[in-house]
Amino acid sequence: MIERDLVIVGGGPAGMAAAVSAHENGVKDILLLERDQFLGGILNQCIHTGFGLNYFKEILTGPEFADRFIKKIDDIKDIEVSLKSFVIKLNNNLEITYLKPGEMNEVKAKAVIMATGCRERTREMAHIAGTRPSGIFSAGLAQKLINVEGLLAGNEVVVVGSGDIGLIMARRMTLEGAKVKAVIEIQKQSKGLVRNIVQCLDDFGIPLYLSHKISRIYGQDRVNKVDVVKVDDKYNEIPGTKFEISCDTVLISAGLIPENELIEMAGVEIDRKTNTPVATDKNKTSIEGLFVCGNAFQIYDLVDSVARDSILAGKMAAEYLKDKK
Amino acid sequence: MLDIIIIGGGVVGTAIARELSRYRLKIALLEKEIEVAFGVSKSNSGIIHPGTQNKSGSLKGKLCVEGNTLIRKIASELGIDFQEVGQLIVAFNDEEVIRLKEIKVEGEKLGIKNMSIVDSAWLQENEPNLSKEVISALFIPSAGIISPYRMAYDLSENAAKNGVQIYTDNKVEKINVLEKRFEVITNKNKYQSRYVVNCAGLFADEISKMVGINDFVISPRKGQEFLLDKKRENITNHLIFPLPSKTSKGTLVIKTSDGNPMIGPTAEEIEDKHDLATDDNGLNEVLNSVKRLVPSINERDIIAYFAGLRPTSGSDFIIRHEDKVPGFVNVAGIQSPGLTAAPAIAVMVSDILKNNGLNLNKKLFFRRFRKKTVHLFKTDNAQMRKIIKKDSGYGDIVCRCEMVSKREIEEAIERGAKTLDGVKFRTRAQAGRCHGGFCTTRILKILSEKLNIPFVELTKRGGKSKIVVKERT
Repeated sequence: MIERDLVIVGGGPAGMAAAVSAHENGVKDILLLERDQFLGGILNQCIHTGFGLNYFKEILTGPEFADRFIKKIDDIKDIEVSLKSFVIKLNNNLEITYLKPGEMNEVKAKAVIMATGCRERTREMAHIAGTRPSGIFSAGLAQKLINVEGLLAGNEVVVVGSGDIGLIMARRMTLEGAKVKAVIEIQKQSKGLVRNIVQCLDDFGIPLYLSHKISRIYGQDRVNKVDVVKVDDKYNEIPGTKFEISCDTVLISAGLIPENELIEMAGVEIDRKTNTPVATDKNKTSIEGLFVCGNAFQIYDLVDSVARDSILAGKMAAEYLKDKK
Repeated sequence: MLDIIIIGGGVVGTAIARELSRYRLKIALLEKEIEVAFGVSKSNSGIIHPGTQNKSGSLKGKLCVEGNTLIRKIASELGIDFQEVGQLIVAFNDEEVIRLKEIKVEGEKLGIKNMSIVDSAWLQENEPNLSKEVISALFIPSAGIISPYRMAYDLSENAAKNGVQIYTDNKVEKINVLEKRFEVITNKNKYQSRYVVNCAGLFADEISKMVGINDFVISPRKGQEFLLDKKRENITNHLIFPLPSKTSKGTLVIKTSDGNPMIGPTAEEIEDKHDLATDDNGLNEVLNSVKRLVPSINERDIIAYFAGLRPTSGSDFIIRHEDKVPGFVNVAGIQSPGLTAAPAIAVMVSDILKNNGLNLNKKLFFRRFRKKTVHLFKTDNAQMRKIIKKDSGYGDIVCRCEMVSKREIEEAIERGAKTLDGVKFRTRAQAGRCHGGFCTTRILKILSEKLNIPFVELTKRGGKSKIVVKERT
């Protein structure tokens, strides 16, 4: 089995920032594993602006933000990037098994940083009753379809959840010619940034229903309508408030879940509620030498904060490796 | 002119097609959906029942016990994974223990072997997550699990290899009874045959009506099921059953062939044969019931819901030649244990046809074997390394939650998948915890490329279930 000083799993902003920082702090042997064919992670599909204000003091798009780190990584010989590399196993001895087209590889690391990001909560997790026709997408999937592949997910859209992804997709679908009929938010207030409420909904006259939820999705082949109801403080339906919205598409933007299945497999203690590692300090886990950073450690609002804390993770891993020697 | 038309490409229709393909016959199978197994079969629990809880003398009991044996042979010939995981029917008090003993006696009459009553010490050791309130259980080792859709796909693929013509997207609209032959008219075409076998699931009554036999009605009974994350694969070691009620075998903790445990189903009498909606009542009912059996089941582990409809008609299967319409065979009301019974139903139908004048001459060459489909998630590391070296596409992971490679998706399409659901049922890609959030785009690309269909024409499951509405040029 090949031995490496530091293996970083995930080549999104967190993994890239951690790699650059670990190198700056003296680590000379770094393997960065990314399952996609490019570095950059979800930033590649975030073509809107608003990234980098804190970190680069500039307004950048997602791909531009990613590109700044990709260029840094390209310039550092000590970082080996392995694309299309999918980790299938991690154990508490920091041994990693990963697949690549044509290969299965095993590597033993002295330290590991997991920067595996997060996934979107699904319609089932949001408890939306009804049928399961086509036309129900996670907001991120609809975003990838339109921004990366040029495919429009639907014509008449209802968005569930007013977090930033939901808001940005409401605007994005509108700009692509779809009619966004409503954004439905179960909470009393939107969790999204104020600038996004203004720029994504208000500017386009898209109604936001606070303290509302979709109580049922209808349609055999494709979504044809949804029932919307007002909810009380316990999120229960208030009788008599039901109305329907005809639509062919429902976008679900109901929150994010850190992807920590690999460290769970390795035996790290996981908080079942948040799916994050139970940790005494930021970026740490219950296994020595195994660090977690970025959205896998906690869900961040801004990529700038992800970069900041992942730089810390890189430094922590470097210090851990120094102490070990 | 055909010898036989089989209406319905569920697990029963495909099992009949494969069984009859041993003989020198011209056979066509008509399926209204875009792919086989898209009706009742797709939401089956995948349990191969041992045969208990059926009346002795019933078709259900007889065919279930026979099917439980036959399915092992079919699984090994067609390379379908079958695992004999065993079943536990549990008792919480002395009264229920008496019922267990009755079920055991009834089961022995049906010919079920090796059943035993086990005590709490046995349960503690062999099923540690089971509720401590359970005092005893009936252990039935011959119960097993299989993938219901993969069984139907593989049966249909093998039937086709042996000459059966499979016509999907062909909805039967009318049947003309002519002299010594039938004319079956679909939305696409006309077919003529000497015999018709009706295994149209929920719609068997409507097909039967077309030839004037209307003495039964199919009523849908809805079952909502909830699938848990694969990481909870070993939450139980057996299929866990409570004591049965009159209408159902109860709410179960099910092991599945894919590894994801499943809880459910509900049993709701409904009217609409298209109603596949799920709701919170179903979820709460199932959660409450199964937590009584296995308290550590956690709602947070649920990754998917779905509903299926059992095609019920009275208390037993209806499998008979209609003497008033010579050549017409009804195979209706095939609810549980229909999956288990399917291979035995196929043999029975072949006997019925023979008794009604069909010559069954064996083919010289019957291709009984089928090359097993590769599923990475079921492959150990040593084997995986070899497979990936041989074909690099197996090392290119598309579905990250369920570990499905590009090559597996291509193979599913080569074997007949035309839709996102077809890929999902065959490979499990999109069926995991992210629900296709990450992999759908890539699967669409592979489908579009392999089938040479533009993105805007691709569907989730045929018909109007298009995925995207516009492609930017």
